[in-house]
Amino acid sequence: MSAEDLQGLYQQLILDHAKHPRGRVLLTHPTAQSHQVNPTCGDEVTLSVQVHDEVIQAIGWEGHGCSISQASASLLATIVESLSVHDAGALLDEFRIAMRSRGQIELDEDHFGDAIALNGVSRYVARVKCAMLPWVALEHALADGE
Amino acid sequence: MARGWFTVNTMTTMTTLHESDIEALRADFPILAMRVNGRQLTYLDSGATSQKPRVVLDAEREFYETRNSAVHRGAHTLAALATEEFEEARETVARFVGASADEIVWTSNATEGVNLIAYALSNAGTAGADYAALALSPGDEIVVTELEHHANLIPWQQLAQRTGATLRFIPVDDEGALELALLQDIVTERTRVVAFSHVSNVLGVINPVAEIVARAHAVGAIVVLDACQSAPHLPLDLHALDVDFAVFSGHKMLAPTGIGVLYGRRELLNSIPPFLTGGSMITTVTMESASFLPAPQRFEAGTQRVSQAIALAAAVHYLTAIGMDRVATHGTRMSAQLIEGLSAIDGVRVLGARGERVGLASFDVEGIHAHDVGQFLDDRGIAVRVGHHCAQPLHRRLGLTASTRASGSIYTTAAEIDYFLESVADTRSFFGVAS
Repeated sequence: MSAEDLQGLYQQLILDHAKHPRGRVLLTHPTAQSHQVNPTCGDEVTLSVQVHDEVIQAIGWEGHGCSISQASASLLATIVESLSVHDAGALLDEFRIAMRSRGQIELDEDHFGDAIALNGVSRYVARVKCAMLPWVALEHALADGE
Repeated sequence: MARGWFTVNTMTTMTTLHESDIEALRADFPILAMRVNGRQLTYLDSGATSQKPRVVLDAEREFYETRNSAVHRGAHTLAALATEEFEEARETVARFVGASADEIVWTSNATEGVNLIAYALSNAGTAGADYAALALSPGDEIVVTELEHHANLIPWQQLAQRTGATLRFIPVDDEGALELALLQDIVTERTRVVAFSHVSNVLGVINPVAEIVARAHAVGAIVVLDACQSAPHLPLDLHALDVDFAVFSGHKMLAPTGIGVLYGRRELLNSIPPFLTGGSMITTVTMESASFLPAPQRFEAGTQRVSQAIALAAAVHYLTAIGMDRVATHGTRMSAQLIEGLSAIDGVRVLGARGERVGLASFDVEGIHAHDVGQFLDDRGIAVRVGHHCAQPLHRRLGLTASTRASGSIYTTAAEIDYFLESVADTRSFFGVAS
């Protein structure tokens, strides 16, 4: 690792999302909600979804923690709205595989848009959990069904 | 005149660790030569676990290579040598903390020590008439403090749940200082146990042991001292401190993992029932029942951590050769440098800045999460602890979920702390929070 890698981890887009998060408000009438905590650092994300006809109609979240977990939640909120539950699940699998790849697999820009800024995380094994936190919340919320 | 000069010069050498002394000590710690992320390792996580000098590593290896055998069983030559060395290690550690050898029980670590006491007290309720007086019941109270490590909180929560006793705590103020004005109201005739840390693992502040012990003993309560962060850094005299029990971990004081100490006042240690039962802690066993050896053996069921105990004794000899007064003075100097340096950085809040401390400080950089601070420092080869440091209630009380902690040891140089302080200052521009 070097200073360059560190810039790769903390891309400007990540710092921007951490400071000015998108979708950071819980839904008033969610169909499902999940609260996830990273017990080693106390980072928290609560994610609420409104699912109708197998499509994510709306998504909102709240939380606090490091810039990686908060930016990841913010980026997630910008890309999964209006996806089908099936497609969101596929995206989640793709995200998890890339994050666990130790820098070997990059996120596909066509699927992830700005969220490819999280690519640097996979080289920092200790931080993968931070990026995964909101995605695990999504996984649990979607598993709860409509 | 010449004699006076000599005395003063010797005194200076005797009472502090100079930067040159530390440089010499560092050569004893192989890991300190490591490079991390392309940088020289700056290890400031000794509060979590210390590094180990070669003499400690060698002691463990040498035992396995030349004397390895089970202790307190068997009569062959190696078994006798191992038993002798194992018991010498107990004597060494006892002397180091101002106790007698029969008051030292080996454990895996401090966490096991606290659990041993909590479970022994809990077993007192069902272990027969000999132990009934120690049993806790509804109406009894256990007192801890709000700044405890989870290891000195959860075992007491669980004991309270099992026995119906009530858990109370001495709160901390906004600065993290114990609210000792409330001591009389919280520690009362109903209090049976008072458990607290000698030095906070988050704040580094040395707590007023005498004041708390005096109140606890005035109401007849048992005092349990968590000495994890004091044993490596301060001269410790448990008899003088007058605590009933104390626990600490070897791995935080230059020894390997897997070895810890439970100190218990002799009478008390022999008056509580065993926790783990099995081989080597008995006198006579029938198919129906067993009678137990006196302490410490009654608490050491099963094959013991022999090499680790011997390595802990080697660590104690190493620290003693340096001199715990010098170690403590070095800690005071490190803490002054840390507190002054961190306080001088804009946007940095040092937790619990008041009071005498060891070389440890936790802090919050406004606008930057502790994990991000730690990641930035790691990139420069600096190892610190980030998170709640197993003290969630204290962090919550101070309005935080996480902080960054720098903790030094005898091998920590002033130059390293300067490098750390510069790097903390640099986090602000990197994360865009500098004004």
